[in-house]
Amino acid sequence: MEQAINIYRLGIKELRSLWRDPMMLVLIFYAFSLGIYAAATGMPETLHKAPIAIVDEDQSPLSNRVSSAFYPPHFTQPALINLPQVDKGLDAGTYTFALDIPPNFQRDVLAGRHPTVQLNVDATSMTQAFTGGGYIQQIVQGEASEFLAGTRSAATGPVSMNLRARFNPNLTQSWFASLMEIINNVTMLSIILTGAALIREREHGTIEHLLVMPVTPFEIMASKVWAMGLVVLIACGLSLIFMVQGLLGVPIEGSIALFLLGAALHLFATTSMGIFMGTIARSMPQFGLLLMLVLLPLQMLSGGVTARESMPDFVQMVMLVAPTTHFVSMSQAVLYRGAGFAVVWHQFLSIIAIGSLFFFAALTRFRKTISSMT
Amino acid sequence: MTGIIAASPPVARISGVSLHYGKTLALDGVDLDIPAGKMVAMIGPDGVGKSSLFSLLAGARAIQSGMVEVLGGDMADREHREGICPRIAYMPQGLGRNLYPTLSIDENLEFFGRLFGQDAQERERRIAQLTHSTGLAPFRKRPAGKLSGGMKQKLGLCCALIHDPDFLLLDEPTTGVDPLSRAQFWDLIDSIRADRPTMSVLVATAYMEEAERFDWLVAMDAGRILATGTAQDFYARTNEPTLERAFIALLPEERRRGHKPVEIPARASDNEVAIEAQGLTMRFGDFTAVDHVDFRIERGEIFGFLGSNGCGKSTTMKMLTGLLKATDGQAWLFGREVENDDMATRGRVGYMSQAFSLYSELTVRQNLELHAQLFHVPKDIIPARIQEMAGRFDLNDIMEALPDSIPLGQRQRLSLAVAMIHKPEMLILDEPTSGVDPIARDQFWQMMIDLSRNDQVTIFISTHFMNEAMRCDRISLMHAGRVLISDTPTAIVEQRGSAGLEEAFISCLQEATGSTAPVADEKDASDEVAPSPIPVATTAKNDASSPHLQVSPRFSQRRMMSYARRESLELRRDPIRATLALLGSVILMFIMGYGISLDVEKLPFAVLDRDGTTTSENYALNLAGSRYFVEHSPITDYASLDRRMRAGEISVALEIPPNFARDLRRGVPVEIGVWMDGAMPTRAETIKGYLQAMHAEWLSNMSLQATGARPSSGAVNIELRYRYNPNVLSLIAIAPAVIPILLLLFPAILTALSVVREKELGSIINFYVTPITRLEFLLGKQLPYVVLAMVNYVTLVLVAVFVFRVPMTGNLLAMTVGAFLYTLCSTAIGLLFSIFMRSQIAALFATAIGTILPSVQFSGLTNPVSSLEGVGKAIGTIFPASHFVTICRGVFSKGLGFVDLTHQLMALAISFPILLGACAILLRKQER
Repeated sequence: MEQAINIYRLGIKELRSLWRDPMMLVLIFYAFSLGIYAAATGMPETLHKAPIAIVDEDQSPLSNRVSSAFYPPHFTQPALINLPQVDKGLDAGTYTFALDIPPNFQRDVLAGRHPTVQLNVDATSMTQAFTGGGYIQQIVQGEASEFLAGTRSAATGPVSMNLRARFNPNLTQSWFASLMEIINNVTMLSIILTGAALIREREHGTIEHLLVMPVTPFEIMASKVWAMGLVVLIACGLSLIFMVQGLLGVPIEGSIALFLLGAALHLFATTSMGIFMGTIARSMPQFGLLLMLVLLPLQMLSGGVTARESMPDFVQMVMLVAPTTHFVSMSQAVLYRGAGFAVVWHQFLSIIAIGSLFFFAALTRFRKTISSMT
Repeated sequence: MTGIIAASPPVARISGVSLHYGKTLALDGVDLDIPAGKMVAMIGPDGVGKSSLFSLLAGARAIQSGMVEVLGGDMADREHREGICPRIAYMPQGLGRNLYPTLSIDENLEFFGRLFGQDAQERERRIAQLTHSTGLAPFRKRPAGKLSGGMKQKLGLCCALIHDPDFLLLDEPTTGVDPLSRAQFWDLIDSIRADRPTMSVLVATAYMEEAERFDWLVAMDAGRILATGTAQDFYARTNEPTLERAFIALLPEERRRGHKPVEIPARASDNEVAIEAQGLTMRFGDFTAVDHVDFRIERGEIFGFLGSNGCGKSTTMKMLTGLLKATDGQAWLFGREVENDDMATRGRVGYMSQAFSLYSELTVRQNLELHAQLFHVPKDIIPARIQEMAGRFDLNDIMEALPDSIPLGQRQRLSLAVAMIHKPEMLILDEPTSGVDPIARDQFWQMMIDLSRNDQVTIFISTHFMNEAMRCDRISLMHAGRVLISDTPTAIVEQRGSAGLEEAFISCLQEATGSTAPVADEKDASDEVAPSPIPVATTAKNDASSPHLQVSPRFSQRRMMSYARRESLELRRDPIRATLALLGSVILMFIMGYGISLDVEKLPFAVLDRDGTTTSENYALNLAGSRYFVEHSPITDYASLDRRMRAGEISVALEIPPNFARDLRRGVPVEIGVWMDGAMPTRAETIKGYLQAMHAEWLSNMSLQATGARPSSGAVNIELRYRYNPNVLSLIAIAPAVIPILLLLFPAILTALSVVREKELGSIINFYVTPITRLEFLLGKQLPYVVLAMVNYVTLVLVAVFVFRVPMTGNLLAMTVGAFLYTLCSTAIGLLFSIFMRSQIAALFATAIGTILPSVQFSGLTNPVSSLEGVGKAIGTIFPASHFVTICRGVFSKGLGFVDLTHQLMALAISFPILLGACAILLRKQER
């Protein structure tokens, strides 16, 4: 009971400390409002304003027709250039696609000679290269056959495919980007708030003061975990409701409460991680580097940027130990696919297990290193 | 005397100066002329504005109202300030606050020497002289952080004297320094003054006994000047025999009220032992901090601990509190052996550490409240207890203030109040009165005595004040980890045959260091080397004393290099940081290179086959056979389809309608239903592309089987040429683009922290009070991190070429020039963040959110900048990382050189001066 009271009071102290750092409050506010907005709206649709250039060596009605078939939002207004400019534009990254329509194109099409159109793709912009290539092929073929038939015949074979995207029918990027950014910020902030705060206490000598009082390392740690976890959880909840659902208008399929429960468990793990890192680093610059070293892989490899199944097996295995992996998959299931507890319970279990592991590892290290911290 | 003062103009003239910190008034219309060529002492309790006045005189703080003239010019005028800066030396309050702990004595001195434009020869000569005359010569290679307090102060003085200042400002140079070192310090100042009689010295001090030796005194209280004059004037005015008493008499009536001399009633001994130590020993590595210390302290006794800094007093106290575990020996508190997790004992002890260690983010009241709660003071009496402590320690006016905004003395009082909030039975106080004014000290001692005599509280206290030591029941003198002598104060004085305790101690210490010199612990070995009285060769000084007479150049490479060199030394002393920076980026390069795969592969799919014929199975096989799809167990109904998609187990579900094979044969149009998971839009787009292509391929195969010919593939042949990356490999697209990200994150964070760290730890003052310009400071800070980043760049390129096998087709030199410009930008971004941030945490967080998102998402790593929208596009267009991404990809994959990349290189070359210029404009050369 006394322990619980100590944990509660030390936690209040953490909250008050944070309240005194107006710059930190501004940054937290930014991260969960404007930061989310920028990330959500800045990310283009997969094929959005793809920069395209056309070399029209035919100048026929058909080639004009092809040129005018490219327009925003999927493509930029095509730049009409000549052949020597193609390399330059691709080199500078001005265009991702350059379509070369050969001389006598229309004549050859009408004659059924299947003329060859060359499509140059800058394959260093991989995402666009893939999807854009397919789109452009379809458009060119479509225009040509329509021109031939006088109308655009739906060149349906005997079997058609009815493709439907579930959970995000129009594949709107901002739905995805906004939520992933929240998840990234939750992880980053919770690690910084606990880990850096521990280093700060150590650099200012206040940890020593705590240790002569009747409080245990467990209480000190638990108080940081709950207080900082709570701050991030509230910021995350508000951001989800007001920014994501409100301003960005992203429909959330599942239960926000369930998501927040998962986020709370996740915070238990990440705040413990932060403390663990705080016991390893000896100064703030070291902590900063350690933070980058941990944060980037957590962000890039837990399935929030690219899909997990495409990663090498080894990476997939290692990332199973990261709480973010389970958190990302839980969040996607709950928020996008409306999954209930029955579906995501095993992610919950994993996060709890990982969180406890980190918590006790951090506690052991904290106890061990605490005397050298003063 | 007065004649001289009138003859030469004052070194500084202050008229009508007021200073506010928020709502607090630190200086209240001060008028003061400080005579030139004299030793002037400013005396007065803490928090009366002494330090504020010093920082105004040194030009470290901006003037709010009034007029400050120093060395014949207005300090509000920037030009004058810059002009006379080399003639002023300022040593701020606090032990070694403006020194760099990881740098050696030599390196610290060289840093300051360079700042004042001295060349190597001159520096060496001056350093040799200064270290010789201060007795620091044997320790020139020792890091400043490992020096004792006395040595730190001497080093601080050397740093201040390195450029022969005309006006020396010393803010409490001897606070917290032991008597022997203190005596040596003043002898040193005297010998320097004998050597340079024109130098004016202004000293703030809390030790009244010291002030008596000065030429002229200024007594201050509550932001105002109480009196000025010589010590004799003070005695005459007040009719008091000592300066301490005279000062108290000068105070306004209401401040003096309640002050009475401390009385010490005799103690009734009950022989109950409260603290006992036997053979207590603490070793750190091969250094013995505390060497077999024994003592027994009875309940209710006041036991004083004296000794030079670093002699083991604090370590002994920490062992008693359980903060440190003794290497050897035992200690008991209240008859219970000290254990570091004994909560019951902790609750009976109050401890106050030497360094201020309360929460600077909590107000005075909140600090008291928190500690009362943690010590489980019953809830209903907490308010009364806080009230009581506030009254006792005179904290009522500052209850809502933050500890950082109140002066040292008040902070010490707060620490004491905190240590006593739970009415402990034992107090362990580590130099509780350092920096506290005489009245408060007397009040404090009265309280200690009441506690001891009436409440039987045991008090274990360390101090540097001899008059305080006299009030203890017993005292111990420690040196080099051992107790030299332990008895009642009067017995010690008698035993040594000295006139007073201070003399007894100095003789005791000299005897100990003289006799035990070979085995003396190194930390204090300096004290054995008495300051050499050898006067510094005057002729040599005069030759060299003119650098400040030349007009200092607008931009001095030496000053810039001074900071650069110091920063790189610190970096070298912290090998973990440098290694982490280099190794960390390589590790991240691997992680991101192999981990970020834009290829979408092994997509899990399942089929709801309502047909169940070989044709329908063939359709599914067509997908399962490719490397893109992996088939999972078949779906049985819509409910399971829904569940499995929600759980994310399958990304694609196919529904093949009943009679699929039959309808196909008959040519009846059939439709295959496909659901794909749209949660990750980019991935879904790719899936869509794959599905359409494979569907077409299947149709074409079917038609080949049925009719023996492929259907015509359309009116046009389209020849797809994937340029630069013919196999569309992720690694080739990603690796060159990861380099810019890594070259941004690490250098930016390190640079930002390097500046904010100085702000947080106090050494930023050197930037305020030395001639270094803003641009020199910024560039000097940047340079080491640019070098580190370039080393980083080379490693990353090597990894990309030799490990990832990314072919390099373009001009390496062009990319290297780009990298250099880019690292200039990325470190400047770090500097820019550092200007706005005061705490390292905020700097870390700001730099992380300010660099990760823009570089990962808006710089063309996955999407070209031209396709971005809104904020993202705006950021991507101007962000240096996007230009460098183009350069890296261009040189790696597209075979580009200087000519093709002119635009990007120019953009970087322009960004850097803009960023640096913004920093220089926003950076303040004075504290506000």
